[in-house]
Amino acid sequence: MKSLSVDLTDIKLTIGIEVHQQLSSKSKLFCGCKPKTTGNNTVTFFRKMRPTQSEMGTYDPAVVFEFGKMRTMKYYSSDTSSCLVEADEEPPHEVDDYSLETSLIISLALNSIICDELHTMRKIVIDGSNTSGFQRTILIATDGYLDVNERRIGVQSICLEEDAAKLISDDGMVREYGLDRLGVPLIEIALKPVTCTPEEMATIALSLGRLLRASKRVARGLGSIRQDVNVSIEDGAVVEVKGIQRLEDLVKVIRYEMVRQHGLLKIAEMIKSRKISPHYLGERIEDITGIVAKSSSNVISRVLEDMNAIFKAVKVEGFRGMIGYEPYPGIRLGKQISEMVRFYGLRGVFHSDELPGYGIKDEEVQAIKNKLQMNSEDAFVVVGGPKDKVDFAVESIIHMFKMATAGVPPETRAATLDGKTVYSRPKPGASRMYPETDIPSIPVNKTQLSKLTALVPKPMDQIISSLVDKYGLNRKLAEQIFDSDYFNLFEEIAASMKKIRPTFIASKLTEDLLNLERHGLDRSLISDDIIVDIFCRIDQEALAKESVALIFEKLMKREAKSVEEAISVLGITTASDLELDNAIDFILKENLPTIYEKGFGSTGTLMGKCMAKLRGKADGKKINSILKAKLELILESHIAKTDRGI
Amino acid sequence: MSFATKDELPGYKEKSEKLLREHDILVGNIVCVKTDEKEFRGLLLPRYESSDNNHIVIKLENGYNIGISTSKIRAIEKAEKQTPHNEDSFDRKNINHLKYNNTLNAEFKIALLGTGGTIASRIDYRTGGVSANLSASDIYNSVPELKKYASIEPEAFLNEASENLKPGDWTAIAHRINDKISSKQYKGIIVSHGTDTMHYTSAALSFALQNLPIPVILVGAQRSSDRPSSDAALNLLGAVVFALKASISGVFVCMHANLSDDAIACHLGTRVRKNHTSRRDAFESINFPPITIVRGEILEMSVQEARLSLKKRDENDNIIFRPDFDKRVLLLKYYPAFDPMLIDYAVATGYRAIVLEGTGLGHVGTESLPAIRRAVESGILVFMTSQCIWGRTRMTVYETGRDLLDAGVIPLSDMLPETATIKAMWALANSDSTKMAVKLMKQNLVNEMSMSIPL
Repeated sequence: MKSLSVDLTDIKLTIGIEVHQQLSSKSKLFCGCKPKTTGNNTVTFFRKMRPTQSEMGTYDPAVVFEFGKMRTMKYYSSDTSSCLVEADEEPPHEVDDYSLETSLIISLALNSIICDELHTMRKIVIDGSNTSGFQRTILIATDGYLDVNERRIGVQSICLEEDAAKLISDDGMVREYGLDRLGVPLIEIALKPVTCTPEEMATIALSLGRLLRASKRVARGLGSIRQDVNVSIEDGAVVEVKGIQRLEDLVKVIRYEMVRQHGLLKIAEMIKSRKISPHYLGERIEDITGIVAKSSSNVISRVLEDMNAIFKAVKVEGFRGMIGYEPYPGIRLGKQISEMVRFYGLRGVFHSDELPGYGIKDEEVQAIKNKLQMNSEDAFVVVGGPKDKVDFAVESIIHMFKMATAGVPPETRAATLDGKTVYSRPKPGASRMYPETDIPSIPVNKTQLSKLTALVPKPMDQIISSLVDKYGLNRKLAEQIFDSDYFNLFEEIAASMKKIRPTFIASKLTEDLLNLERHGLDRSLISDDIIVDIFCRIDQEALAKESVALIFEKLMKREAKSVEEAISVLGITTASDLELDNAIDFILKENLPTIYEKGFGSTGTLMGKCMAKLRGKADGKKINSILKAKLELILESHIAKTDRGI
Repeated sequence: MSFATKDELPGYKEKSEKLLREHDILVGNIVCVKTDEKEFRGLLLPRYESSDNNHIVIKLENGYNIGISTSKIRAIEKAEKQTPHNEDSFDRKNINHLKYNNTLNAEFKIALLGTGGTIASRIDYRTGGVSANLSASDIYNSVPELKKYASIEPEAFLNEASENLKPGDWTAIAHRINDKISSKQYKGIIVSHGTDTMHYTSAALSFALQNLPIPVILVGAQRSSDRPSSDAALNLLGAVVFALKASISGVFVCMHANLSDDAIACHLGTRVRKNHTSRRDAFESINFPPITIVRGEILEMSVQEARLSLKKRDENDNIIFRPDFDKRVLLLKYYPAFDPMLIDYAVATGYRAIVLEGTGLGHVGTESLPAIRRAVESGILVFMTSQCIWGRTRMTVYETGRDLLDAGVIPLSDMLPETATIKAMWALANSDSTKMAVKLMKQNLVNEMSMSIPL
């Protein structure tokens, strides 16, 4: 973000946010499969998607864009968590009751107007993330609100949806998806656009997330909640950014979009000052494969290795200097174009403001200019690749220039890991909605609704207070554990452990894990079972409290695979040795008559008794060696005593 | 688009219909609906017929459909259509232009006969029904690649769900195909068909249209063509490629060979069966592999063709046209609680033939023997097929089988029960005597029987 030291204070920002939260249902939304990501991928199959018309006879621009990429999808189906429904080989079943109930409860909690009759829709998405070519979605409620810090935030709509398949890889030609996640129930909550700062939006999103978690009907863990934001600045258009997983990234992404969009407006101003008519943009398109065929540019020669590869040039009247113009660092039309073209799986794209360069010589540039009959004020863009894709990309590039004259193009972008955004597709419209004719409409029952009112989650304040009372946590820690992915696990462990205090468990599950994660370690390497194992050992005093963070670290650094291994790698002995000593001493003392009677013959019986008490707390070999040593001592002194007696 | 003339409020009944009529509102109007809670704006949609009478359905501007309870409505009125902002959706012409500007291959012609299949259909909110868009441009829009292969001449002949088709419809379809073949204009005839009874129709056409000069191919879709994942386009493409390139002729069914969009199986019309309720590869050839697999533009002929007697394509051949069927044939499945009275009933009702779907090698319980004897004595033909589906009947192996043979039951080798039923209908309609009909039944005409089943 350092490079973007732009003063943003004067920019009027409007943000709408959509939160997608997985529900903790026992089955997927439209079939009986368990929403788990386990099992082996045993079946694979290939599909192609085609755009379909909406019931109004039109095609959605986002869908047409995807079709332009002409990709094959390869799906992996697991042997346990997907069935014919996910493979689009069987019609959907009835909507999962639990999920439907949950969406109604959350609609009530958000003071929304619930639809009288619910209709399942198909939202056409042909990027392959749904085997059917659409995502099923049900509008549950509209026009609610949520109070955040005494500000009333409008809730536009609440939908119940199925989650998409998980992208495994994409090489430009074949996209691979796993079917496990497909069909997992999601609740989508869209807030009404608010004029606020990025930080205020993060607070709003946090409040909404808390309300969802308070229902205890939502999944926790990375990837279980995702945010999309609609960002627009004054005089701009709405840009949708998809797939923000963490609240920290939300602020970064919004800031980046502010700068990008403001930059695009500045570019548009410059274009306007030149009095360019957008109607004539892209009137001249020429095949220039011949001109660049012998180019010394590596990029070009690599593109031309493919069969059917061509290069085309588009004249952009009056745009000279505009494609490379950079009102803010990294914000320029040239970059927007190359991002978009890359989405068609094309790599060879150049524009006149950066040429000659990249191995393309001046005479080649001149030849292109001549062929396009350019005058000194014009610019051009060159794009290369397979013929079909190039034609499609050229259309999109022209469209983009036309939009650039107006400022910010309304489009869908994807959040990157470093908090920026990249082009992903045109903004879809209402044309992508089609009724799901396989599922009858669902009337919402009044009595059902009044029953669900009792299940509406309490306000956050009350929940935190009850956690403070129940577990003796301080307020801050109570909030932290409630917001963390481990809240359910915390409650489980706190209820089953006798000796450790909840404050200790909560702080380990929040501060310690967070701290390690900040150092770049992977929290997902520690399963819930491992965490329970660690706390059990502490509860049984087989492990020192101080060891928890050390064991976490070993596991997260992949230096150990199990708690046992971590303990031995760490060489933890401390309390456990002492405990072992005491326990064995106690057993020996209780059994002195037997020992005196049988001598070393009592070892077997004693070992049995020791193991009964110490199993799982110490290594059997170790117990055995301690036992033998102690037994020797006892017998020696006993013999000595008897000798003396004689 | 024009309004439907007959029913302007499809699906609305009683309360909801009354409300809409009072306000002079029709399906397709933009309406503004005020309820106790809020104001909704949207397009009035038809109701599905099974829905209740207490809701109206509108499409909101964001594309979602919702139902509004009539009891909550305080006011409802027609509203002006607003032009949606930020909406630059592509119309149908546009996409074709964007994706495929390839020119039509006018060298070859293929006739496409629609019988109610879903090759290019979508919900029409003006009429409420799924309309079959079967103009040539609709077809090219749905499957633009077709253009480079041949010029498709579509004709919407029937519009029926396949479970509603009757023997009379087979006859009508056969006549239409015969007309088209007689014109000698086409490289092949494709019939789009609902999948439920497609294998019955394919068997019927196989007997009705023998010695075909060019292939007749039935094609359907297990996933409707209004979804991006539909199998319709690839099935149709496979059928077109097969129609143009196959060296054999006859009646075939072209559908997905597996779960992937990469191979289309072409089945012989008499050997195919729908063996799954929903999968893309529901259609299977019984006892034989599919005769051809189409991958892209490549036809892979099955090595098992040697065991069958396939007809070569020859555009100068003359068709043997026998389009009539006698529907007085009963297909009867035997099961442990089977009541022999059913056989007597069939006799009394005037059936001319019974096709038994027996157990195993071709058996029914001995309890049924007297009823079967009575049926045969009264002049009814009784045929035996097996409910095992795969394999051949062989009634000389067990005593029950031999008793049934003695009673006059005629075994039909490895003929499918459905194919046998249709063949019996056809044989009865095209014979002067039952003796002649039996002779036809025992003859292998269009590979409905084979004496050599591959391992």
